[in-house]
Amino acid sequence: MEGSSYQIDLGNLMAYDPNHHFQSIPSSRGELVNHCLEKGTEMVQAIANSLFSLPSTESRDGPVVKLPLPTTKLPREKHLPKPKPPTKWEEFAKMKGIKKRKKNKRVWDEQTSSWKRTHGYDRANDDRDIPILDAKSTDEVGVDPFAKRSAEKKERVKKQEKNRLENLKKAAKAGALPSHIQLAATALPITGTKKDVPKKASKDELESVAGMAATSTASGGKFDKKLPGEKPPKHSGKHRKFLPVVEGKGIGSKEKQQTEKILNQLLSKSSHEILDVNKAVTMFNVKKEKQRKKDKDANPGKSGKLKPNKKSFKKTSTKKKP
Amino acid sequence: MQIRAPKTKRAKRELDKRAPKLVENVKKTLILHGTKTSAVLNSVLTELYHLKRDNAVKFSKKNENIKPFESGGETSLEFFSHKTDCSLFAFGSHSKKRPNNLVLGRTYDHHIYDLVEVGVENFKSIESFEYDKKLAPKIGSKPLFAFIGEEFESVDELKHLKVVLLDFFRGEVVENLNLTGVDRVFVCTALSSKTILLMHCALRLKKSGTSIPRMELVEVGPSMDLVVRRHRLPSESLLKEAMKTPDHAKKIKNVTSDVIKGKTGRIYIPDQKVGDMPLSNNIKGLKRERREAKQNKESKKRKTESE
Repeated sequence: MEGSSYQIDLGNLMAYDPNHHFQSIPSSRGELVNHCLEKGTEMVQAIANSLFSLPSTESRDGPVVKLPLPTTKLPREKHLPKPKPPTKWEEFAKMKGIKKRKKNKRVWDEQTSSWKRTHGYDRANDDRDIPILDAKSTDEVGVDPFAKRSAEKKERVKKQEKNRLENLKKAAKAGALPSHIQLAATALPITGTKKDVPKKASKDELESVAGMAATSTASGGKFDKKLPGEKPPKHSGKHRKFLPVVEGKGIGSKEKQQTEKILNQLLSKSSHEILDVNKAVTMFNVKKEKQRKKDKDANPGKSGKLKPNKKSFKKTSTKKKP
Repeated sequence: MQIRAPKTKRAKRELDKRAPKLVENVKKTLILHGTKTSAVLNSVLTELYHLKRDNAVKFSKKNENIKPFESGGETSLEFFSHKTDCSLFAFGSHSKKRPNNLVLGRTYDHHIYDLVEVGVENFKSIESFEYDKKLAPKIGSKPLFAFIGEEFESVDELKHLKVVLLDFFRGEVVENLNLTGVDRVFVCTALSSKTILLMHCALRLKKSGTSIPRMELVEVGPSMDLVVRRHRLPSESLLKEAMKTPDHAKKIKNVTSDVIKGKTGRIYIPDQKVGDMPLSNNIKGLKRERREAKQNKESKKRKTESE
């Protein structure tokens, strides 16, 4: 209950009372809460006093005040952005005193005699739109000048890309790589071609190889120590089915089925019948279904109604003799 | 080396939003829990998420390999912080030794900056409070803070907890504040050198005689006792780096701009002590042989030195 000298940080809308001390914590929770609320109210009132006495401007949502800067320093979330080192061209331009010139968005195109955009689709003075090139005395015979021009352009583009990469590497070294760009290493091994790069094994491959290695041990991999996260091996192989021990009087139904199956197999092997009745029946049924479907497709709506005569209205080519 | 740039403008905009800037974005919070949580802790985490709806991400899966205070257990947290672009996190876990444990932490450049581990006791959720629904504070409004107790200054742990709580609930740092949008306050009272009582109240502005309204606090939100268990302050170098403010224009000395003369500078030349300067060896006056002998001696000396 000391004097109202609170430390107020208006930028954070915070008030701190450094003089409060609980001699004895109130016994009941309710009392404690009320005490805290009272103190809180006083401090909030103090903040409000200074807040509402700031010069305010009227906006459509209500009075707006300009808060001062917060006094409690809180750490940043990310580092300060580092300044970009100048690119090779920028250094050269500074040295030579070259200043940037503003380029127009539309340029006059001589060929089509119209205003076209400088860059992009359908641009003015495009290299590819030149129809005729005058032959110069320095030109060799048999050299396609258009191909030569496009090859030169490709070279220029490649050089520019290389320079851009160098500039980005320099920026990355200084810690100032632009946030949307990543430099990825695509290094090949020192000797050999791309085929020699060891392929990364997939998860399934690793699992299967681990399984094979496990089963090749003396106890089939049952007592191997497993790494955390390794799944127990799957049983791949034949499973035997055993008949139940007790199934009623005499020969049970399952045993009957089993013996019947074996007998049929044996008999069919030794029988000289060429025709497999079941197979023949199914084949016949399938054929019939197919035929029925085809008929239906060919004559749709053959349900007894009269069909109009389908006459083609195409004009057949009849040559009229003059 | 290959340049990987985003192929769409939208992707580029998203990446630029996450880039380091002079004036930073609002700090986002990541809320997650470990293998075991209690009912109390679950509601604490959900209510924390509700308080910070606009800029918080809540994970629902269990994370068993996150142990913030151990050296190896932070990698997952740092990875999540990087992926979700969150620089604050609240990690809840429950064990017999540390019941209802909540670790509040901050990251700098997606690496752990500092941590405070608190135990939550006497938690009362938002549902248990009854109040006039019209007073309910809106999501995203800037809260007021009231810290009561001299322990916040004297005790290390509470001092740390104070800044962490301020960072957590502060929201956006704005220059212009709409006075009608001021509707919530966090009241933190230090009960002892280890415990604080955190209450979240709505503000009711009442008419008073003057233009300054009378404030009234109505408890709305979660209220809990936080018992500080462990804390880790940032290392000195990290602290210094994180507290760096953008450079103010350096004062250039000895440069004045005059209206008539223009920009003028003063140059100070140090005294040239003529008597102390050594004479050069290449004296034209010396006879040629003597000169050459001196030069050879010097070059021999240099050779032996370099070997």
